Amino acid sequence: MTFLDYYKILGISKTATEKEIKSAYRKLARKYHPDLNPDNKDAEKKFKEINEANEVLSNPENRKKYDQYGKDWKHAEEFEKAKQQQQTQNKYSRQGFSGEGQSEQDFSDYFESMFGGARSSSRQRSSTKFKGQDFNAELHLNLKDVYEPHQQILTVNNNKIRLTIPAGVENGQVIKIKGKGGKGLNGGPNGDLFIKFKINNHTQFKRAGNNLYANVDLDLYTSILGGEMNINTFKGKVKLKIKPETQNQSKIKLKGKGFPIYKKEGSFGDLIITFNIKTPTNLSDKEIEIFRELKKLR
Amino acid sequence: MKTQHLILIKTLCSQYNIEISFVDSLNKIGLIQIEVVDQNQFIHQDQIGNLEKMIRLHNELNVNLEGIDVVFNLLEKERALRNELNTLKNRLRLYEND
Repeated sequence: MTFLDYYKILGISKTATEKEIKSAYRKLARKYHPDLNPDNKDAEKKFKEINEANEVLSNPENRKKYDQYGKDWKHAEEFEKAKQQQQTQNKYSRQGFSGEGQSEQDFSDYFESMFGGARSSSRQRSSTKFKGQDFNAELHLNLKDVYEPHQQILTVNNNKIRLTIPAGVENGQVIKIKGKGGKGLNGGPNGDLFIKFKINNHTQFKRAGNNLYANVDLDLYTSILGGEMNINTFKGKVKLKIKPETQNQSKIKLKGKGFPIYKKEGSFGDLIITFNIKTPTNLSDKEIEIFRELKKLR
Repeated sequence: MKTQHLILIKTLCSQYNIEISFVDSLNKIGLIQIEVVDQNQFIHQDQIGNLEKMIRLHNELNVNLEGIDVVFNLLEKERALRNELNTLKNRLRLYEND
Protein backbone atom coordinates (compact mmCIF):
# COMPACT_ATOMS: atom_id res chain seq x y z
CA MET A 1 0.00 0.00 0.00
CA THR A 2 1.37 3.40 -0.89
CA PHE A 3 0.37 6.75 0.41
CA LEU A 4 1.02 9.57 -1.99
CA ASP A 5 1.30 13.12 -0.80
CA TYR A 6 -0.40 14.82 -3.70
CA TYR A 7 0.68 18.28 -2.60
CA LYS A 8 4.28 17.18 -2.48
CA ILE A 9 3.98 15.47 -5.86
CA LEU A 10 2.75 18.69 -7.45
CA GLY A 11 5.19 20.78 -5.42
CA ILE A 12 2.49 23.02 -3.96
CA SER A 13 1.35 24.04 -0.52
CA LYS A 14 -1.85 22.82 1.11
CA THR A 15 -3.31 26.26 0.65
CA ALA A 16 -2.70 26.30 -3.09
CA THR A 17 -5.47 27.76 -5.19
CA GLU A 18 -7.10 25.91 -8.07
CA LYS A 19 -5.12 28.05 -10.44
CA GLU A 20 -1.86 27.13 -8.72
CA ILE A 21 -2.76 23.44 -8.83
CA LYS A 22 -3.54 23.67 -12.52
CA SER A 23 -0.36 25.55 -13.25
CA ALA A 24 1.81 23.12 -11.24
CA TYR A 25 0.15 20.17 -12.95
CA ARG A 26 0.67 21.58 -16.42
CA LYS A 27 4.30 22.36 -15.73
CA LEU A 28 5.05 18.85 -14.47
CA ALA A 29 2.92 17.18 -17.14
CA ARG A 30 4.97 18.93 -19.81
CA LYS A 31 8.10 17.57 -18.19
CA TYR A 32 7.00 13.98 -17.62
CA HIS A 33 4.41 13.34 -20.35
CA PRO A 34 5.02 9.84 -21.81
CA ASP A 35 4.83 11.18 -25.36
CA LEU A 36 7.79 13.41 -24.57
CA ASN A 37 9.68 10.70 -22.69
CA PRO A 38 9.46 7.57 -24.83
CA ASP A 39 10.81 4.39 -23.19
CA ASN A 40 11.25 6.14 -19.86
CA LYS A 41 9.56 4.10 -17.16
CA ASP A 42 10.45 6.57 -14.41
CA ALA A 43 8.82 9.43 -16.28
CA GLU A 44 5.77 7.25 -16.92
CA LYS A 45 5.43 6.46 -13.22
CA LYS A 46 5.90 10.09 -12.28
CA PHE A 47 3.31 11.16 -14.85
CA LYS A 48 0.77 8.75 -13.40
CA GLU A 49 1.36 10.18 -9.95
CA ILE A 50 1.03 13.73 -11.24
CA ASN A 51 -2.20 12.84 -13.01
CA GLU A 52 -3.57 11.17 -9.94
CA ALA A 53 -2.65 14.13 -7.78
CA ASN A 54 -4.24 16.52 -10.22
CA GLU A 55 -7.43 14.49 -10.54
CA VAL A 56 -7.90 14.52 -6.79
CA LEU A 57 -6.78 18.04 -5.97
CA SER A 58 -8.46 19.77 -8.89
CA ASN A 59 -11.82 18.43 -7.76
CA PRO A 60 -12.87 20.48 -4.68
CA GLU A 61 -14.96 17.67 -3.23
CA ASN A 62 -12.22 15.09 -3.61
CA ARG A 63 -9.63 17.52 -2.31
CA LYS A 64 -11.70 18.09 0.79
CA LYS A 65 -11.87 14.36 1.45
CA TYR A 66 -8.17 14.05 0.91
CA ASP A 67 -7.40 16.98 3.23
CA GLN A 68 -9.68 15.53 5.87
CA TYR A 69 -8.28 12.01 5.94
CA GLY A 70 -4.67 12.84 5.25
CA LYS A 71 -2.20 10.09 5.91
CA ASP A 72 -4.64 7.94 7.82
CA TRP A 73 -7.04 7.98 4.97
CA LYS A 74 -7.52 4.27 4.79
CA HIS A 75 -8.69 3.79 8.35
CA ALA A 76 -10.84 6.87 8.13
CA GLU A 77 -12.43 5.62 4.95
CA GLU A 78 -13.07 2.21 6.43
CA PHE A 79 -14.47 3.79 9.52
CA GLU A 80 -16.80 5.96 7.49
CA LYS A 81 -17.95 3.03 5.42
CA ALA A 82 -18.47 0.90 8.49
CA LYS A 83 -20.38 3.60 10.24
CA GLN A 84 -22.63 4.12 7.23
CA GLN A 85 -23.28 0.45 6.83
CA GLN A 86 -23.94 -0.03 10.50
CA GLN A 87 -26.49 2.69 10.35
CA THR A 88 -28.29 1.37 7.33
CA GLN A 89 -27.71 -2.35 7.54
CA ASN A 90 -27.50 -3.35 11.16
CA LYS A 91 -27.91 -7.00 10.30
CA TYR A 92 -24.52 -7.17 8.66
CA SER A 93 -21.36 -7.66 10.67
CA ARG A 94 -18.09 -5.70 10.19
CA GLN A 95 -16.33 -8.45 8.32
CA GLY A 96 -16.94 -6.87 4.97
CA PHE A 97 -14.63 -3.98 5.69
CA SER A 98 -11.32 -5.68 5.83
CA GLY A 99 -10.22 -4.10 2.57
CA GLU A 100 -8.45 -7.27 1.52
CA GLY A 101 -9.86 -7.27 -1.94
CA GLN A 102 -7.87 -4.25 -3.01
CA SER A 103 -5.29 -4.92 -5.60
CA GLU A 104 -2.26 -2.94 -6.58
CA GLN A 105 -2.91 -0.83 -9.61
CA ASP A 106 -1.11 1.88 -11.46
CA PHE A 107 -2.80 4.35 -9.19
CA SER A 108 -2.34 4.39 -5.45
CA ASP A 109 -4.65 2.43 -3.19
CA TYR A 110 -6.00 5.61 -1.78
CA PHE A 111 -7.09 6.78 -5.16
CA GLU A 112 -8.59 3.42 -6.01
CA SER A 113 -10.44 3.09 -2.75
CA MET A 114 -11.77 6.56 -2.63
CA PHE A 115 -12.41 7.52 -6.21
CA GLY A 116 -11.88 4.22 -8.02
CA GLY A 117 -15.21 3.83 -9.78
CA ALA A 118 -15.70 7.40 -10.75
CA ARG A 119 -12.17 7.83 -11.91
CA SER A 120 -12.08 4.80 -14.11
CA SER A 121 -15.27 5.73 -15.86
CA SER A 122 -14.18 9.28 -16.48
CA ARG A 123 -10.79 8.07 -17.59
CA GLN A 124 -12.34 5.64 -20.02
CA ARG A 125 -14.53 8.34 -21.39
CA SER A 126 -11.68 10.71 -21.98
CA SER A 127 -9.28 8.11 -23.34
CA THR A 128 -11.55 6.42 -25.89
CA LYS A 129 -9.05 5.25 -28.47
CA PHE A 130 -9.55 4.51 -32.08
CA LYS A 131 -6.41 2.49 -32.25
CA GLY A 132 -5.63 -0.28 -29.77
CA GLN A 133 -2.84 -0.06 -27.25
CA ASP A 134 0.73 -0.64 -28.42
CA PHE A 135 2.57 -3.50 -26.72
CA ASN A 136 6.29 -3.66 -25.99
CA ALA A 137 8.29 -6.85 -25.64
CA GLU A 138 11.93 -7.81 -25.38
CA LEU A 139 13.28 -10.82 -27.22
CA HIS A 140 16.62 -12.40 -26.34
CA LEU A 141 18.39 -14.22 -29.14
CA ASN A 142 21.87 -15.47 -29.83
CA LEU A 143 24.00 -13.97 -32.56
CA LYS A 144 23.85 -17.29 -34.41
CA ASP A 145 20.05 -17.11 -34.41
CA VAL A 146 20.01 -13.88 -36.36
CA TYR A 147 22.60 -14.86 -38.94
CA GLU A 148 19.75 -16.36 -40.91
CA PRO A 149 16.02 -15.55 -40.94
CA HIS A 150 14.71 -16.92 -37.69
CA GLN A 151 11.29 -18.36 -36.94
CA GLN A 152 9.92 -17.61 -33.52
CA ILE A 153 6.54 -18.09 -31.91
CA LEU A 154 5.61 -15.44 -29.39
CA THR A 155 2.68 -15.54 -27.03
CA VAL A 156 1.20 -12.11 -26.49
CA ASN A 157 -1.97 -11.88 -24.40
CA ASN A 158 -2.66 -15.57 -25.02
CA ASN A 159 -2.36 -15.09 -28.77
CA LYS A 160 0.36 -17.00 -30.55
CA ILE A 161 2.23 -14.93 -33.08
CA ARG A 162 4.41 -16.67 -35.62
CA LEU A 163 7.26 -14.39 -36.43
CA THR A 164 9.97 -14.50 -39.08
CA ILE A 165 12.82 -12.35 -37.86
CA PRO A 166 14.91 -11.11 -40.76
CA ALA A 167 18.60 -11.96 -40.69
CA GLY A 168 20.88 -9.19 -39.51
CA VAL A 169 18.78 -7.78 -36.69
CA GLU A 170 20.96 -5.65 -34.39
CA ASN A 171 21.25 -5.65 -30.64
CA GLY A 172 18.86 -3.02 -29.29
CA GLN A 173 16.93 -2.77 -32.56
CA VAL A 174 13.18 -2.41 -32.30
CA ILE A 175 10.83 -3.81 -34.90
CA LYS A 176 7.15 -3.15 -35.22
CA ILE A 177 4.66 -5.94 -35.79
CA LYS A 178 1.66 -4.20 -37.11
CA GLY A 179 -1.74 -4.90 -35.64
CA LYS A 180 -0.48 -7.30 -32.97
CA GLY A 181 -1.01 -4.94 -30.06
CA GLY A 182 -4.23 -4.33 -28.17
CA LYS A 183 -7.56 -4.57 -29.93
CA GLY A 184 -8.85 -1.39 -31.53
CA LEU A 185 -11.97 0.21 -30.16
CA ASN A 186 -15.14 0.64 -32.13
CA GLY A 187 -13.74 -1.15 -35.15
CA GLY A 188 -10.52 0.82 -35.19
CA PRO A 189 -7.16 -0.70 -36.07
CA ASN A 190 -5.36 -2.80 -33.51
CA GLY A 191 -2.31 -1.44 -31.75
CA ASP A 192 1.15 -2.56 -32.74
CA LEU A 193 3.62 -4.85 -31.08
CA PHE A 194 7.12 -3.42 -30.63
CA ILE A 195 9.84 -5.99 -30.13
CA LYS A 196 13.23 -4.94 -28.86
CA PHE A 197 16.02 -7.39 -29.59
CA LYS A 198 18.72 -8.32 -27.15
CA ILE A 199 21.39 -10.19 -29.04
CA ASN A 200 23.76 -12.29 -26.95
CA ASN A 201 27.09 -13.04 -28.52
CA HIS A 202 28.88 -16.19 -27.43
CA THR A 203 30.99 -16.54 -30.55
CA GLN A 204 34.64 -15.71 -31.21
CA PHE A 205 33.46 -12.85 -33.41
CA LYS A 206 32.65 -9.35 -32.40
CA ARG A 207 30.04 -7.48 -34.32
CA ALA A 208 29.79 -3.84 -35.26
CA GLY A 209 26.91 -3.17 -37.60
CA ASN A 210 27.25 -5.61 -40.45
CA ASN A 211 30.96 -6.22 -39.97
CA LEU A 212 32.45 -8.99 -37.90
CA TYR A 213 35.81 -8.82 -36.20
CA ALA A 214 38.06 -11.67 -35.14
CA ASN A 215 41.60 -12.11 -33.88
CA VAL A 216 43.70 -14.85 -35.44
CA ASP A 217 46.97 -16.18 -34.03
CA LEU A 218 49.76 -16.46 -36.57
CA ASP A 219 53.04 -18.25 -36.02
CA LEU A 220 56.24 -16.27 -36.52
CA TYR A 221 57.45 -18.28 -39.52
CA THR A 222 54.24 -17.92 -41.51
CA SER A 223 54.14 -14.24 -40.67
CA ILE A 224 57.66 -13.81 -42.07
CA LEU A 225 57.61 -16.20 -44.97
CA GLY A 226 53.91 -16.11 -45.84
CA GLY A 227 51.79 -19.15 -46.45
CA GLU A 228 48.28 -20.44 -46.15
CA MET A 229 46.03 -21.07 -43.22
CA ASN A 230 42.43 -22.06 -42.53
CA ILE A 231 40.46 -19.56 -40.57
CA ASN A 232 36.94 -19.63 -39.15
CA THR A 233 34.28 -17.40 -40.59
CA PHE A 234 30.75 -17.28 -39.30
CA LYS A 235 29.69 -19.70 -42.01
CA GLY A 236 32.60 -22.11 -41.86
CA LYS A 237 36.30 -22.32 -42.62
CA VAL A 238 38.04 -20.54 -45.47
CA LYS A 239 41.58 -20.87 -46.74
CA LEU A 240 43.53 -17.67 -46.45
CA LYS A 241 46.77 -16.63 -48.13
CA ILE A 242 49.15 -14.95 -45.72
CA LYS A 243 51.47 -12.43 -47.29
CA PRO A 244 55.16 -12.62 -46.41
CA GLU A 245 56.26 -10.11 -43.76
CA THR A 246 52.83 -9.82 -42.21
CA GLN A 247 53.05 -7.50 -39.22
CA ASN A 248 51.63 -8.04 -35.76
CA GLN A 249 48.15 -6.45 -35.34
CA SER A 250 47.84 -5.97 -39.09
CA LYS A 251 44.35 -6.41 -40.43
CA ILE A 252 42.86 -7.96 -43.51
CA LYS A 253 39.33 -7.61 -44.73
CA LEU A 254 37.39 -10.58 -46.07
CA LYS A 255 34.71 -9.02 -48.19
CA GLY A 256 31.21 -10.45 -47.81
CA LYS A 257 32.18 -12.75 -44.94
CA GLY A 258 30.61 -10.59 -42.28
CA PHE A 259 27.06 -10.44 -41.01
CA PRO A 260 23.96 -10.36 -43.23
CA ILE A 261 22.68 -6.88 -43.95
CA TYR A 262 19.23 -6.38 -42.47
CA LYS A 263 16.49 -6.77 -45.07
CA LYS A 264 18.99 -6.97 -47.93
CA GLU A 265 18.90 -10.59 -48.80
CA GLY A 266 22.20 -11.94 -50.07
CA SER A 267 24.18 -8.90 -48.91
CA PHE A 268 26.76 -9.26 -46.21
CA GLY A 269 29.19 -7.07 -44.35
CA ASP A 270 32.89 -7.87 -44.11
CA LEU A 271 34.98 -9.96 -41.77
CA ILE A 272 37.99 -8.12 -40.44
CA ILE A 273 40.81 -10.32 -39.22
CA THR A 274 43.50 -8.99 -36.90
CA PHE A 275 46.69 -11.06 -36.75
CA ASN A 276 48.36 -11.76 -33.45
CA ILE A 277 51.84 -12.99 -34.15
CA LYS A 278 52.96 -15.60 -31.70
CA THR A 279 56.70 -15.79 -31.12
CA PRO A 280 58.06 -19.24 -30.38
CA THR A 281 58.98 -20.21 -26.84
CA ASN A 282 61.16 -22.98 -25.37
CA LEU A 283 63.74 -22.52 -28.13
CA SER A 284 66.39 -25.17 -28.58
CA ASP A 285 70.06 -24.25 -28.62
CA LYS A 286 70.15 -24.69 -32.35
CA GLU A 287 67.18 -22.36 -32.85
CA ILE A 288 68.80 -19.72 -30.67
CA GLU A 289 71.98 -20.05 -32.69
CA ILE A 290 70.10 -19.60 -35.96
CA PHE A 291 68.28 -16.54 -34.58
CA ARG A 292 71.67 -15.08 -33.56
CA GLU A 293 72.90 -15.65 -37.09
CA LEU A 294 69.81 -13.93 -38.43
CA LYS A 295 70.38 -11.02 -36.09
CA LYS A 296 73.90 -10.60 -37.41
CA LEU A 297 72.47 -10.30 -40.92
CA ARG A 298 70.29 -7.30 -39.99
CA MET B 1 -8.39 3.49 -55.22
CA LYS B 2 -8.41 1.09 -52.28
CA THR B 3 -9.66 2.56 -49.03
CA GLN B 4 -8.94 -0.57 -47.04
CA HIS B 5 -6.31 1.04 -44.80
CA LEU B 6 -7.76 4.50 -44.89
CA ILE B 7 -9.90 6.02 -42.19
CA LEU B 8 -12.50 8.63 -42.96
CA ILE B 9 -11.56 11.94 -41.36
CA LYS B 10 -15.16 12.61 -40.33
CA THR B 11 -15.33 9.31 -38.44
CA LEU B 12 -12.00 10.01 -36.87
CA CYS B 13 -13.04 13.46 -35.69
CA SER B 14 -16.20 12.18 -34.04
CA GLN B 15 -14.23 9.36 -32.46
CA TYR B 16 -11.65 11.65 -30.92
CA ASN B 17 -13.93 14.61 -30.36
CA ILE B 18 -11.77 16.90 -32.42
CA GLU B 19 -12.62 19.55 -34.97
CA ILE B 20 -12.03 18.86 -38.65
CA SER B 21 -10.22 22.20 -38.75
CA PHE B 22 -7.64 20.79 -36.32
CA VAL B 23 -6.93 17.87 -38.65
CA ASP B 24 -6.81 20.29 -41.60
CA SER B 25 -4.27 22.42 -39.78
CA LEU B 26 -2.11 19.39 -39.00
CA ASN B 27 -2.27 18.52 -42.68
CA LYS B 28 -1.33 22.05 -43.73
CA ILE B 29 1.65 22.14 -41.43
CA GLY B 30 2.74 18.78 -42.84
CA LEU B 31 2.37 16.74 -39.67
CA ILE B 32 -0.11 14.34 -41.25
CA GLN B 33 -1.06 13.55 -44.82
CA ILE B 34 -4.68 13.58 -45.83
CA GLU B 35 -5.71 11.55 -48.85
CA VAL B 36 -8.75 12.42 -50.90
CA VAL B 37 -10.74 9.61 -52.50
CA ASP B 38 -14.06 10.33 -54.25
CA GLN B 39 -14.15 13.76 -52.60
CA ASN B 40 -13.86 12.20 -49.16
CA GLN B 41 -10.91 12.91 -46.92
CA PHE B 42 -9.05 9.99 -45.41
CA ILE B 43 -6.00 9.36 -43.32
CA HIS B 44 -3.90 6.23 -43.57
CA GLN B 45 -4.15 4.06 -40.48
CA ASP B 46 -0.35 4.10 -40.13
CA GLN B 47 -0.62 7.73 -39.10
CA ILE B 48 -3.14 7.11 -36.33
CA GLY B 49 -0.50 6.55 -33.65
CA ASN B 50 1.16 9.88 -34.41
CA LEU B 51 -2.16 11.66 -34.70
CA GLU B 52 -3.18 10.39 -31.26
CA LYS B 53 0.08 11.72 -29.88
CA MET B 54 -0.60 15.12 -31.47
CA ILE B 55 -4.09 15.21 -29.98
CA ARG B 56 -2.72 14.37 -26.56
CA LEU B 57 -0.02 17.02 -26.78
CA HIS B 58 -2.63 19.56 -27.85
CA ASN B 59 -5.34 18.64 -25.35
CA GLU B 60 -3.35 17.57 -22.34
CA LEU B 61 -0.38 19.90 -22.55
CA ASN B 62 -1.88 22.84 -24.45
CA VAL B 63 0.82 22.61 -27.10
CA ASN B 64 -0.09 24.57 -30.23
CA LEU B 65 0.47 23.30 -33.76
CA GLU B 66 3.88 24.90 -34.16
CA GLY B 67 4.86 23.44 -30.80
CA ILE B 68 3.73 19.99 -31.90
CA ASP B 69 5.86 20.34 -35.01
CA VAL B 70 8.88 21.29 -32.91
CA VAL B 71 8.23 18.43 -30.47
CA PHE B 72 7.95 15.90 -33.29
CA ASN B 73 11.15 17.13 -34.90
CA LEU B 74 12.99 16.92 -31.60
CA LEU B 75 11.59 13.47 -30.85
CA GLU B 76 12.73 12.32 -34.28
CA LYS B 77 16.20 13.70 -33.58
CA GLU B 78 16.19 12.00 -30.19
CA ARG B 79 15.20 8.71 -31.83
CA ALA B 80 18.03 9.04 -34.34
CA LEU B 81 20.49 9.84 -31.55
CA ARG B 82 19.31 6.87 -29.51
CA ASN B 83 19.86 4.63 -32.54
CA GLU B 84 23.32 6.12 -33.01
CA LEU B 85 24.08 5.61 -29.33
CA ASN B 86 22.97 2.01 -29.62
CA THR B 87 25.22 1.48 -32.65
CA LEU B 88 28.13 3.08 -30.82
CA LYS B 89 27.50 0.95 -27.73
CA ASN B 90 27.56 -2.12 -29.95
CA ARG B 91 30.84 -0.93 -31.49
CA LEU B 92 32.29 -0.27 -28.08
CA ARG B 93 31.75 -3.88 -27.17
CA LEU B 94 34.50 -4.63 -29.71
CA TYR B 95 37.04 -3.22 -27.29
CA GLU B 96 35.56 -4.62 -24.12
CA ASN B 97 36.44 -7.91 -22.40
CA ASP B 98 39.52 -8.45 -24.55
